[in-house]
Amino acid sequence: MVLAESGFSSPRNDAFPAGLRVLVVDDDPTWLKILEKMLKKCSYEVTTCCLAREALNLLRERKDGYDIVISDVNMPDMDGFKLLEHVGLEMDLPVIMMSVDGETSRVMKGVQHGACDYLLKPIRMKELRNIWQHVFRKKIHEVRDIESLEGFESIQMTRSGYDLFDDGHFLSGDDTTSGRKRKDADNKHDDRELSDPSSTKKARVVWTVDLHQKFVKAVNQIGFDKVGPKKILDLMNVPWLTRENVASHLQKYRLYLSRLQKESDIKNSFIGMKHSDLPSKDSTASFGPHKAMNMIPDDVPNGTYSFSASNSLAQNVDLKGQGDLKGITSAPVAEPKGALSIDIHDSHEAKSTQMSFDHSLGSVDSAVSFASFNSTTPLQYPWTEIPEIQFKQECEPLHLENGFSQLPLPGPSMIENEANRSRIEVKPLLDECRSNFVEHLGPVGAEDLFPIQSKSQSLNNQVFDLISATKSSMKTQDVGLNYLADSEFALRNLNASGVGVPLATLSEDLQICWLQGDCYPMNYGLQDLECSTYDNPGLMAETPFHLYDVLRFDHEHLFDPTEYYAIDQGLFA
Amino acid sequence: MDRNRLHNQVASMRRSLFDQLEELQDDTNPNFVQEVVTLFYNDSTRLIQNIEQALNSRPIDFCKLDDYMHQFKGSSSSIGAKKVTNECTAFREYCNAENAEGCIRSFQQVKQEHAILKRKLEVYLQTVRQASQTA
Repeated sequence: MVLAESGFSSPRNDAFPAGLRVLVVDDDPTWLKILEKMLKKCSYEVTTCCLAREALNLLRERKDGYDIVISDVNMPDMDGFKLLEHVGLEMDLPVIMMSVDGETSRVMKGVQHGACDYLLKPIRMKELRNIWQHVFRKKIHEVRDIESLEGFESIQMTRSGYDLFDDGHFLSGDDTTSGRKRKDADNKHDDRELSDPSSTKKARVVWTVDLHQKFVKAVNQIGFDKVGPKKILDLMNVPWLTRENVASHLQKYRLYLSRLQKESDIKNSFIGMKHSDLPSKDSTASFGPHKAMNMIPDDVPNGTYSFSASNSLAQNVDLKGQGDLKGITSAPVAEPKGALSIDIHDSHEAKSTQMSFDHSLGSVDSAVSFASFNSTTPLQYPWTEIPEIQFKQECEPLHLENGFSQLPLPGPSMIENEANRSRIEVKPLLDECRSNFVEHLGPVGAEDLFPIQSKSQSLNNQVFDLISATKSSMKTQDVGLNYLADSEFALRNLNASGVGVPLATLSEDLQICWLQGDCYPMNYGLQDLECSTYDNPGLMAETPFHLYDVLRFDHEHLFDPTEYYAIDQGLFA
Repeated sequence: MDRNRLHNQVASMRRSLFDQLEELQDDTNPNFVQEVVTLFYNDSTRLIQNIEQALNSRPIDFCKLDDYMHQFKGSSSSIGAKKVTNECTAFREYCNAENAEGCIRSFQQVKQEHAILKRKLEVYLQTVRQASQTA
């Protein structure tokens, strides 16, 4: 039975998963045809394309036009992993990778890059039948994250979620409703502050660095113990900000801080481990990121972080290794959707519920055990072939400078070690960096973070410095570019996506962390950080663009700032 | 009846040749299997040529070779060509080891299996054509 390709915009409650809009990307025409047919048999709406770039264009054109992407790993114009990252970053859609090659390392790479599944060819139809679970899972986690509360009423979500499912705004009205319910139960927040569920699309507050800084300042002024959304709001003096926005943000902030606390305990245990593995300078800060990992992930509403987190987990975790993870898990994590790191931790702690990616967790776990040392040893970083890029999972703020100084300048002379290969390598790095960052930044907070902890603050500053340094003295070639691209993107997303929901802010943080994280690998070797203090997100935002122009990206979509915002709005609005 | 016989023949060939392709064929796509087979046939021929060329060039670019073979392997797996796929795996191992000798030998195997497959496919396509003509 073949369903009409068009006309799935009108949701039928019983339709899901029928009508799932799938984008298939594969350069092999035979497979494309077969997959298309199989998916249609599953009652999905299928779009095929044989080029990664084409796929990206399609996705960008219709931001909410697809629910899930299935892509082959090996494609002529762009590496599948890279595409995977882009999709995760820009569209935050679940991506399934396929390949005839089922080597563990490849699968792991896929997971690290954020793939929610990895299928081996020949693919059987029954494997495709259940791909809707990834879409569903993501939505659940998003809602959970946004609500930032335990207990997700999935039924509620799915029931009304179907309606929103198709237009991709499922989060808007529905999560408000379910969120409200939960909030009623748990929150001290004023119920009436919660937005009217009837408003289908809640405008998300963009918690920019500045805004967050104001927030933190207000919190500190009031005294962390005595804060309340109303007080903060008054102090912040931002006219368009609502009490609800602040309340959500505060909640996230609280979670973040509490996690920070817990992480500091764990940190100590790791330091020992870390020292043994890392060269001296790396040891210290490594825990920062770990901690951050735990904290931040919770708030990551979207899946973008997920792969970062997982990457970082693999990377960072190594240090964190076993003991650390356990400690980290203790953090009260609301469904950290994006935070694989948390998931991973959780997994260690048998908190499987939070794992967004079961497979990834599995692989991460193993990765954790053996990746640990690899990640910290710059030159041996398995995933990266970029010479200078030392994938430092552990974001060591203290040593950021180190990393940066060694960053090669991005530019046309990008490390084209092996054209795409290097890029590919960079990507994982980025992811890892990101995750590191996130982790690292966790405590620090994305935008300038939480002055409450001066340490983290300095970290942040360092991070930002790094970023600016990176931007200004990019030596990394591809890596740099990629970083920038990703950083930019992350930054943009961060700025644009601020949602007045707790998770949103953290996700922002995470994103910023990304930015910073992205720089990390580069930073790793840098000795002299020559950036000015990061006090203007714009600084980061602007620089890369022209760099992008110069750099030979195989990614044609240069991150145009306006586009970013548009994208962000689309993503998070 | 001739038609029935041919149709049966086609069906049984399909069953033996293609793992699940025939599952996908239905009323909306009555020629699905045929289309897929044709696609594969053409595509694989092209890939084999590429590999051949790469193998003959000096120095051998193992990276490229691996890429081609990977594509070819993926393609073969699409129609369930297990033997060919297996030979491809063997080839890639030699490739990874940058063993030119091994690659060349292995490729002979690949070509052989592929040739066998091609013949089967040709017969299949022919039978399909005949069946459709008598239908």
